[in-house]
Amino acid sequence: MSTQAHAAEHHKESFVSKYIFSHDHKMIAKQFLITGMVMATIGMAMSLLFRLQLAWPGESFSVLNFFLGDKWAPDGVLDPNMYLALGTIHGTIMVFFLLTAGLSGTFANLLIPLQIGARDMASGFMNMLSYWGFFISSVIMVISLFVESGPASAGWTVYPPLSALPQAMPGSGLGMTLWLVSMVFFIASQLIGGLNYIVTVINLRTKGMKMTRLPLTIWAILVTAILGLLSFPVLFSAALLLLFDRSFGTAFYLSDIYIAGEALTQTGGSPILYQHLFWFLGHPEVYIILLPALGLTSEVISTNARKPIFGYRAMVGSILAIGFLSFIVWGHHMFVTGMDPFIGAVFTFTTLLIAIPSAVKAFNYITTLWKGNIRFTPAMMFSIGMVSTFISGGLTGIILADSALDINLHDTYFVVAHFHIVMGLSAVLAMFAGVYHWFPKMYGRMMNMKLGYAHFWLTFISGYGVFFPMHFFGLAGVPRRYYTNSEFPMFDVFIDLNILVTVFAIIGGFAQLLFFFNFFYSMVRGPKASQNPWKSNTLEWTTPVEHIHGNWPGKLPEVHRWAYDYSKPGKEDDFVPQTVPLEEGEKDGEH
Amino acid sequence: MAAEASKPIDSKVLWGGGRSPFSVSYGKLMMWFFLISDALTFGGFLGALGFARHKFEAVWPVTEQIFYHFPFVPHDIHLPLLYVALMTFILIVSSVTMVLAVEAGHRMDKKGVTKWLALTVVGGFIFLGSQAWEWSTFIHGSDHGVYKLNSGFTTELVTKDGDKTTADLGSGIVAEIQADESLLIKNGEFIGSTVTGEDAEAIKSTAEFVHGASLTRNEYGHQLYADFFFFITGFHGTHVLSGVILNLVILINVIKGVYHKRGHYEMVEKSGLYWHFVDLVWVFVFTFFYLV
Repeated sequence: MSTQAHAAEHHKESFVSKYIFSHDHKMIAKQFLITGMVMATIGMAMSLLFRLQLAWPGESFSVLNFFLGDKWAPDGVLDPNMYLALGTIHGTIMVFFLLTAGLSGTFANLLIPLQIGARDMASGFMNMLSYWGFFISSVIMVISLFVESGPASAGWTVYPPLSALPQAMPGSGLGMTLWLVSMVFFIASQLIGGLNYIVTVINLRTKGMKMTRLPLTIWAILVTAILGLLSFPVLFSAALLLLFDRSFGTAFYLSDIYIAGEALTQTGGSPILYQHLFWFLGHPEVYIILLPALGLTSEVISTNARKPIFGYRAMVGSILAIGFLSFIVWGHHMFVTGMDPFIGAVFTFTTLLIAIPSAVKAFNYITTLWKGNIRFTPAMMFSIGMVSTFISGGLTGIILADSALDINLHDTYFVVAHFHIVMGLSAVLAMFAGVYHWFPKMYGRMMNMKLGYAHFWLTFISGYGVFFPMHFFGLAGVPRRYYTNSEFPMFDVFIDLNILVTVFAIIGGFAQLLFFFNFFYSMVRGPKASQNPWKSNTLEWTTPVEHIHGNWPGKLPEVHRWAYDYSKPGKEDDFVPQTVPLEEGEKDGEH
Repeated sequence: MAAEASKPIDSKVLWGGGRSPFSVSYGKLMMWFFLISDALTFGGFLGALGFARHKFEAVWPVTEQIFYHFPFVPHDIHLPLLYVALMTFILIVSSVTMVLAVEAGHRMDKKGVTKWLALTVVGGFIFLGSQAWEWSTFIHGSDHGVYKLNSGFTTELVTKDGDKTTADLGSGIVAEIQADESLLIKNGEFIGSTVTGEDAEAIKSTAEFVHGASLTRNEYGHQLYADFFFFITGFHGTHVLSGVILNLVILINVIKGVYHKRGHYEMVEKSGLYWHFVDLVWVFVFTFFYLV
């Protein structure tokens, strides 16, 4: 094993091999995090721009003109095509670039080798490729914002025929092509990264690190990587077929279309086929985002409640169950495509089943907190916030899972509210929790607590402030993706509420500046971190604060117990690291 | 670690960390997971094919009526699917030679590895050449070409059992030009009446003439048939091509003695996994595209 061979020697590295083309998992994790943060800033800014249009339709804002120029915001009024483009790229960036690559890429890379006791990933070179694939795909996506005909505008799901016919709308041209090219790099990066994560977890665990002793973060990341490995190739299939429809005149997704007064010669295909292929990825993708978030939350909650995680085996079981079920529910995105009601009932049933493992997780978090000796660190606040959004967003999922109810709510703001809370907010809160918790491990310094609390409350309250009112819009039938609803008098009652949503969005957006300041300031000026600042059990806190290549000087640690021996009766400290051997007669795990 | 990869591990420490639980190196494990992922890509395409076929069950072309050519055999001799069966056989044989190469590698028999791997490469090239021939035959089309009729054309149809019925089968009806310039109305498995004289001229003047197949036209019937044919066999062919290149690179390394010095031939085994996968996928493509 080459990684073990050069573990002990801490050889000199050039700037390029240390900071740019690094093979070291800790550096790659930071690269993923910072790239994700840059992309998230773009995605967030876009949402603020289109929220202005939604709150004050057709009004002039110099800020729109400043960012979008005379072409897309003449006199400061947002162009409808640009509105669609902003929504599309906001969704793409947030779903793929922040919450898939940014979240998994950061914490899988940081935590897998550190928590399982490995020198590095199985293949450092492939890990580097994975990051640079992601980087290239990010660059292409950003470039697509600047092409003359505008970025892709068919929604983040890029349904044909809007995405398949370059002449369909401005954003269907070069912008759409770049979107697809970017996604090809993205999928390749995910595949290479995912292979590495899975193989590392399976093959490189240190002595004593049984699967039943793995921290839940690693379990969640492992299942996430498997989901990605199984679902992204199908998106790849869908995108390739789409590319052929766009460029080579095939008709996989096209049929009976009249465009600009002429019948399209490409005929015989079905746009529904695309939806099937897309959502076969699309639904597991939701859990690719959510599972790492749940994993991080488990770790943070248990550590800061100073209690073993409640029902470790049930937690692992529910991660596996969610992973499995996520592959047989994609039809619930397609209830209104003319699907056979019987098939609809089947998908309703399988979708409702997901509520069971999800509820197991939610209750286990609550019971872990119950009578705990809770330390309200910023990471803990974000984790508890995540449990809250996971529950409140999950409950609306049960409503949407029902095909009869979904026919009314489909493509309304109710759906927007549901997935933003359960997937967007939850994952973002958990990602913040992860950053606050593992910042000392990443940079060897502590983040500022007070700024952290302010950041939490502003983010949490404005998060609910933005998305909770959307439930009411949706129930009243306000459709999503519309440039304006001012032509529909029955929606006039929501004008004030819409303004409130936008105000909360602006507050929430600017609150992130606190985080950015805290992050970069603490990186250089924060107080130095101690070896184990949160008094945690897992292996990453046994590594030296100063990063070294190979993680541990000398031998790899040996694991003797599970990761959750907090407040164990009969122990002096309220935590027992995994490296401490079991005493005679002491039982391991939850017994 | 790779050198001891083939040694079994005591089942007590299996999964206990410290050693690889499947007794395999990380590279081999990665190849397995990559293949699972790639299988899902092909699964997506074959699922899409099934979706399209189900939708157009009535007018889907019959493969035996299209692929009956054989190299150096006159066109009027019908040998349905015989050539593709031969291709399949050659590909499967190349899997056998790959197995023998891997086995020779376990014995550190450099000569044996070279021989069997070279044969595998040859098998891959024969398959690729055959596929090129198959494509060119399909693109070239039949001897005469067909007229594609628009929906609304009613014709007398004769089923396989000899039953006669008059029906409009929607789009997908074609009029095939016979050697004597008369037109034979066909629709998938149904063979309709022969049209001559004025009726034939009327069809010729209104219907679209199509000869051969490509991504945008298909004289044999539904357009999606040709689209999927080129796409799926092309995607598989790309896999075969990269497999052949991979095997060639490894063959060169074998000849140079790289793996002999390394003490194991695991690279041959890894590329062997890929090669078997490509063959297995072809079995599915063959089944779902040609046979079913």
